[in-house]
Amino acid sequence: MKNSSGGKGSMSTASSITTWKAGDVVPVPDQFPAGLRVLVVDDDPTCLIILEKMLRNCSYDVTKCNRAETALLKLRENRNGFDIVISDVHMPDMDGFKLLEHIGLEMDLPVIMMSADDGKDVVMKGVTHGACDYLIKPVRIEALKNIWQHVVRKRKNEWKDLEQSGSVEEGDRQPKQSEDADYSSSVNEGNWKSSKKRKDDEDETEDRDDTSTLKKPRVVWSVELHQQFVAAVNQLGIDKAVPKKILELMNVPGLTRENVASHLQKYRLYLRRLSGVSPHSCNPNNSFMNPQDETFGPLSSVHGLDLQTLTATGQLPAQCLATLQAAVLGRSTAKSSIPMPLVNQRNIFSFENPKLRFGEGQQQHVNNNNKQVNLLHGIPTTMESKQLTSLRRTSQSIGNVSMQVAPHGAQSSQNNSSLIEMGQPLSRVQILNDSTVPLSVGQPIVPNGIAANVSTRNGIPENIRAPGYNLVSQTSSILNFPMNHASELPVDSFSLRSTPGMSDHTSKGAFHEDFNSEIKGSGGFLPTYDVFNDYQYKSQNWELQNAGMILEDSQHSNSLQGNLDLAQSVLVQQGFPSGQINGQNRSVPIVSKAMFSAGDSTEPGNLLNVNHHLNTIRAENTVRVKSGSVADGNPSNLFADHFGQEDLMIALLKQQQGIAPAENEFDFDGYSLDNIPV
Amino acid sequence: MELVQIQRSLVDYTKSLFMEGFLDAQFLQLQQLQDDSNPDFVFEVVSLFFEDSEKLLNELIIALDQPNVDFKKIDSHVHQLKGSSSSIGAQRVKNACIAFRNYCDVQNIEGCLTCLQQVKQECYLVKNKFETLFRLEQQIMASGGSVPTIELGF
Repeated sequence: MKNSSGGKGSMSTASSITTWKAGDVVPVPDQFPAGLRVLVVDDDPTCLIILEKMLRNCSYDVTKCNRAETALLKLRENRNGFDIVISDVHMPDMDGFKLLEHIGLEMDLPVIMMSADDGKDVVMKGVTHGACDYLIKPVRIEALKNIWQHVVRKRKNEWKDLEQSGSVEEGDRQPKQSEDADYSSSVNEGNWKSSKKRKDDEDETEDRDDTSTLKKPRVVWSVELHQQFVAAVNQLGIDKAVPKKILELMNVPGLTRENVASHLQKYRLYLRRLSGVSPHSCNPNNSFMNPQDETFGPLSSVHGLDLQTLTATGQLPAQCLATLQAAVLGRSTAKSSIPMPLVNQRNIFSFENPKLRFGEGQQQHVNNNNKQVNLLHGIPTTMESKQLTSLRRTSQSIGNVSMQVAPHGAQSSQNNSSLIEMGQPLSRVQILNDSTVPLSVGQPIVPNGIAANVSTRNGIPENIRAPGYNLVSQTSSILNFPMNHASELPVDSFSLRSTPGMSDHTSKGAFHEDFNSEIKGSGGFLPTYDVFNDYQYKSQNWELQNAGMILEDSQHSNSLQGNLDLAQSVLVQQGFPSGQINGQNRSVPIVSKAMFSAGDSTEPGNLLNVNHHLNTIRAENTVRVKSGSVADGNPSNLFADHFGQEDLMIALLKQQQGIAPAENEFDFDGYSLDNIPV
Repeated sequence: MELVQIQRSLVDYTKSLFMEGFLDAQFLQLQQLQDDSNPDFVFEVVSLFFEDSEKLLNELIIALDQPNVDFKKIDSHVHQLKGSSSSIGAQRVKNACIAFRNYCDVQNIEGCLTCLQQVKQECYLVKNKFETLFRLEQQIMASGGSVPTIELGF
């Protein structure tokens, strides 16, 4: 049954794969997965012995333990000695999930949980704790035959990350990779191969210390660690942040350049996501625009946010400007003065959420209010059209929001409200609020936590109805880093909705939508427009985030304020990633300014500005925005972005802890922070 | 021939155990694990199970006898028993454990006691069944024959 020993050759592997695939009971002829080093932990002797036998029959290399402590010891003694761990859930000396956490933190091996318990809760717990699979007892040998896939998958993802991060390190793994790649191709249908090829082409992304083990012990990016990372990156500047320097700055013993590189990779992706999708041309919603033309004027004079100038300079796509203005007009007073305490990272976080939520709601409404939708039309975002439309809708609200966002100081909500009233079809707002926007973005994130923040900020629109905007979602991209499994907070959970103290701006909903769209779309709004293009990332999250923020703002005049804050925070947030995004930075300042102006001036235009701002900022550097967003519109709070991000992440992490994180959709393996006590 | 007869008896007996619910498909899995390198695998595992279950049952008796019954602990034991019995395919024992756990959840001591008795009973019954089974197998082996594999349509 064993194939030619060569093993590593693609051919032989291929054939072995074929054989394997065929479902033969024959143990894998080739090396892999035969010889897979499995550690099985179960306090039940009967089960343990059966499992051991089954695994042996699969040609795996089995070690068994009947106690979790023993298992950990074995793992620690020989970090690279195992490929995968199978553990029972119920054990007397240590809870299986705890063991799972430890392993994830220390060795980052794939862990399969097992139990006679098949209750949904328990299985969910397994998922949230990061188990790569969950087997129900009695375990059949068939179930064990394929456990190698988890090992392969994990490695593959790691490599992918490495590749992306661009850290080119030697490829010792190359041979192994090829083997695995071939092997896994049967499972992954060629993905592996392609990624492998990529790897080859890129000349190896990561240098595995131990080539003999397919898996390198991975660092678990705890909240603290991530904070350090973010701080280092910010210090260096996203453009200049190279793994080596980051590593030096972080000065964490045991952390390798590869770890940092892969983390940076993910982080960049996250930032990208935050900044929104590729900027589309910002086509102002025609319908939207029309009614608002008159308000255009004020728009221009939005605090500091000279949209027109921006437009003129090409930074702000004209369309976006128009859209923004329209939005602002619609909202006017909506939230012009939402003080956004950017300083408070949590706020930022919450901003994110409301935005997201908003966006979500928007999406739903998209259909309802196409008019508005257009606002964001031009905004380049990876948003789905639906989102886009919703964004548009929110754009109006966003306009308001933006206004709010910008002004840190409590901007009078009156402005916002006026904006909102202006032309915002309440219906939209309503819809937004009412519709549970399913976070299509898939960013379930900390809705609750965020909402809380939002409200604290300042009467931020409680009504962020957008269900479940996961601000986090946006952050999730970032946060997801650490939170890997961060459960995406269900959109519904956007607690932002509950913005306290929000005066009811009916237009809110609409506002949000627009706002969201703005935010999401960002692209169009701010100079970062171009930048956004760069980040063709699933901006869903991103947008959602924005949406959430905006949504809140738009809710009421208060919300406007809140939104602004949100926006600011979002911006900040955005800024952060955007900071990372190359070249984004510069636009940020502009944006922030715009934002501020928006905030300060209760003019409708502000909102738009804000929105744009937000968007831009997101793309750019929320950091900048932050600084600016602070009531003084001084973009000096760029730092805030960073800060915000970290906080956001932390917040997310915390949130995630409390939330059953859905599998990290971003597939950040390394960031299974959930469940890791922060 | 006697051997053939014994073999046939074994097959029939095993089938009846499945029919009566004493054993389920998992037992087949167990049997499949037995091979030349582990000729007594099934016997070893089953023996291990009964050893273990006896301990668990004793613990349960003690636990239920306490003035303040610790249901969590009881649930944990029963859960384990459920796991191990299901692993060897002792279906009726497993089912009795499930029922036991339900009573545990609602903290019904009487119900638990009844269930405990039932679990004990089922364990006892299936133990006897296994003993008969093994005896038949030994006879076959002693006669130079090979134990027929049961093909059941599971």
